[in-house]
Amino acid sequence: MPSNLELSLYVFMLATFVGLEVIHKVSPLLHTPLMSLTNAISAISVVGAILITGAQGATTLSKVLGFIAITSAVTNIVSGFLITDRMLKMFKRREEKK
Amino acid sequence: MAHVVHYIYIISAALFILSLKWMNSPVTARRGVFAGEAGMLLAITGTLVSQHVFNWEWVFAAFLIGTAVGIPIAYIMPMTAVPQRTALSHACGALAAALVGTAEYYRETPHGFTMVALVVETLLGFLTFTGSLMAMGKLQEVLPQRPLTYRNQNLVNMLLFAIAAGLGLRLILVPTDTWIFPIFAGLALLFGVLLIIPIGGADMPTVIALLNSYAGLSACAMGFALDNKLLVIAGALDGSSGLILSIIMCKAMNRSFANVLFGAFGQLQATAAKTEQRHVRSASAEEAAAILEGATSVIIVPGYGLAVAQAQHKIRELFDTLTRRGVDVKFAIHPVAGRMPGHMNVLLAEADIPYDKLMEMDDINSEFAQCDVALIIGANDVTNPAARNDKSSPIYGMPILDVDRARTVMVIKRSMSPGFAGIQNELYYMEKTLMLFGDAKAFVSEIVKELPAGVAA
Repeated sequence: MPSNLELSLYVFMLATFVGLEVIHKVSPLLHTPLMSLTNAISAISVVGAILITGAQGATTLSKVLGFIAITSAVTNIVSGFLITDRMLKMFKRREEKK
Repeated sequence: MAHVVHYIYIISAALFILSLKWMNSPVTARRGVFAGEAGMLLAITGTLVSQHVFNWEWVFAAFLIGTAVGIPIAYIMPMTAVPQRTALSHACGALAAALVGTAEYYRETPHGFTMVALVVETLLGFLTFTGSLMAMGKLQEVLPQRPLTYRNQNLVNMLLFAIAAGLGLRLILVPTDTWIFPIFAGLALLFGVLLIIPIGGADMPTVIALLNSYAGLSACAMGFALDNKLLVIAGALDGSSGLILSIIMCKAMNRSFANVLFGAFGQLQATAAKTEQRHVRSASAEEAAAILEGATSVIIVPGYGLAVAQAQHKIRELFDTLTRRGVDVKFAIHPVAGRMPGHMNVLLAEADIPYDKLMEMDDINSEFAQCDVALIIGANDVTNPAARNDKSSPIYGMPILDVDRARTVMVIKRSMSPGFAGIQNELYYMEKTLMLFGDAKAFVSEIVKELPAGVAA
């Protein structure tokens, strides 16, 4: 059995290639919303922050740092997804306008 | 129950990839946002339900505050301020990663590879945090936009980074030396500030994209440290997205990463600017309107000046008036126009200009030769023919919009002052160029007033 590290490295390598392929196809028209979307997605680090804050017997330091981390990550998730959608709503073709 | 969450994470990861895939066209993009939201919701709920989470009051308070801050940011922020918001969100994401890394270090004092991942996570996290805040300050114009340089700047920066990296290495080898950690974190924070100080406003698109990549990689490193594959995937996606965008930006300026980061572009040339008086032709709004009225095709070239003047809605009026008169109006968007990738597209879309009229540089350049009027609003260096002709110019080789091939060139500009790079623009002295001096918003609205509203006979 491969170790966890090996598996993670495989996952990292594959995800990077998928990312490069997929992002390459995004139209320059949407580069700004793309950036806010990927930003919201990478705020998945909130999962790590929850585990740190919510660990049994977490020290006060852990709780405070985790608390700030969750707050920043959730801010990114909420504002990131909402503003991406707000931007995308504005992109219209001529026909759809009326 | 506890391992169900791993399957939920797999679904989340798939949704994130789909989300980015659907971003490839404006038609499916909103579905992409939905997929991203669904993936996020699944992952968070899965974590909360299946893991043994204690200290609920802390977790929930943080969720409430984050939501309360996030909603107004998303809805109140004007579109011209999107670059600042993006910089802020890079700072938040990086801070979250850095703090989780710090907490993890003091909790476990991990060894071996986990410690390597943790050092990378905190180093990137802390430097991206302060770096992004600096970028935000520059974009908000709280800090000076021009590059600040001093002697041996690069040497100082390199040295500082080397010390930080050395301390990181020491932490990896001897993780129990806890006194090193605060110094290491402090140096990373300081390095982030120093890294952005010498970077000027026009290089912001590249820097923002690069910071995006760093923030993603630090989340990715967190995935390695916590052995969570979903974090690895999401971080890698964000990291590769930032990387691609910064490569596109660098190419569009014909510069390397090293040059953007350490070149302090746009302050050396300022002294070389010639003071000799040269003749330019200027015109009034009335004259400009008369020329536009007689045109059959017009290409508008927007730049950062448009965002500063908030002129996008007035330009929409001009677009409507001209289109009603049967004039073919298109927009030529240079990849680095504005302060972040795609900045101009978002502003023009906000003003309800249909996106099929927004053309990329490579698609529109051949059309300038057949166009009657190229109207440049708030763009400068990206239209400078010196990039094509003058080997001694600092921007030589940079791909530009070929506006000088249009029959008439009109430039709305506040004054003759050179652009960000401090380079004289030959375009302004050409025979066919008309300079329209004034504020972009005011001038465009005057042109609109001068144009008869009705349909051309």
